[in-house]
Amino acid sequence: MSNKKATVFVRLKDGVLDPQGITIQKAILNMGYDQVASVRSGRFFELEINAEGEQGDKKIEEICSKLLSNPVIENYTVEYEK
Amino acid sequence: MKFGVVTFPGSNCDYDAYTAIKVLGEEVEFLWHKSSDLLNSDVIILPGGFSYGDYLRSGAIARFSPIMKSVKEFAQSGGLVIGICNGFQVLLESGLLPGALLRNAHLRFAGKYIYIKVENNSTIFTSVCQPGEVLKIPIAHMDGNYYNFDGEIEYLKKQSQIIFRYCDKDGNISEAGNPNGSIYNIAGISNKEGNVIGMMPHPERAVENILGSSDGLKIFESIVKSFSKGMAIERA
Repeated sequence: MSNKKATVFVRLKDGVLDPQGITIQKAILNMGYDQVASVRSGRFFELEINAEGEQGDKKIEEICSKLLSNPVIENYTVEYEK
Repeated sequence: MKFGVVTFPGSNCDYDAYTAIKVLGEEVEFLWHKSSDLLNSDVIILPGGFSYGDYLRSGAIARFSPIMKSVKEFAQSGGLVIGICNGFQVLLESGLLPGALLRNAHLRFAGKYIYIKVENNSTIFTSVCQPGEVLKIPIAHMDGNYYNFDGEIEYLKKQSQIIFRYCDKDGNISEAGNPNGSIYNIAGISNKEGNVIGMMPHPERAVENILGSSDGLKIFESIVKSFSKGMAIERA
């Protein structure tokens, strides 16, 4: 059985203050790129899982909601690759 | 009354908490994160520090440790739990308290004495404080910016679950007195039942005047007083 690969992106929900994003945006503006209207920071994880099909997807969803993201402040999306 | 202080890998205020309880004159024992035995403690302290290196999010990994499974059951059956700083973060991640702690709004580590106002002195954890009393207690954190949705904040207010708010020396709630950008200047909250509290300031570091303040002792004295009066048991 081959490993299933998934990339998980975790982002702050709209409306949640992102001081890191704001600071990065300020740095970008200071560099002279004054076209940049906003920056939101986030993080991603690459997972390899020994489970196929829908069962594997379900496990990854569970891991995302229980551990990788905090549902109070964050959303996640998953991209699968074979 | 017996206090149990949890040690996670990366906890660095466990000895401070242990010593504070010794100063208080009560029984205290360390609880190891890999054990699930609370050693018959009457109250659990989740101390400050950087549990599991603060990897992922502060408190996110500690939440799944064996001791936290027991602490969660203990709390849900009415047991007293106080989370300080990283311990507060662990309680939020565990779902024992509502909300989340974001990075400080100014993005810097904040380590200094600050002032907090006792918003509710009829709790197990504040029963020896006067209404609106101002306590001088230090903070030391990077992720102490309390966040919750507007509706949830209103709910916390209505339920009197907001226990401490950042203020200035004279007790005025102001932006200048807010060290990390917390919404509504929130420094500490309890659960709805009142047996679990989380706070960013470190009362265990302010238990003797030689340390700069002994105001933190009031939190622990309140616990003992409430416990001896049976308040905790009654609520449990």
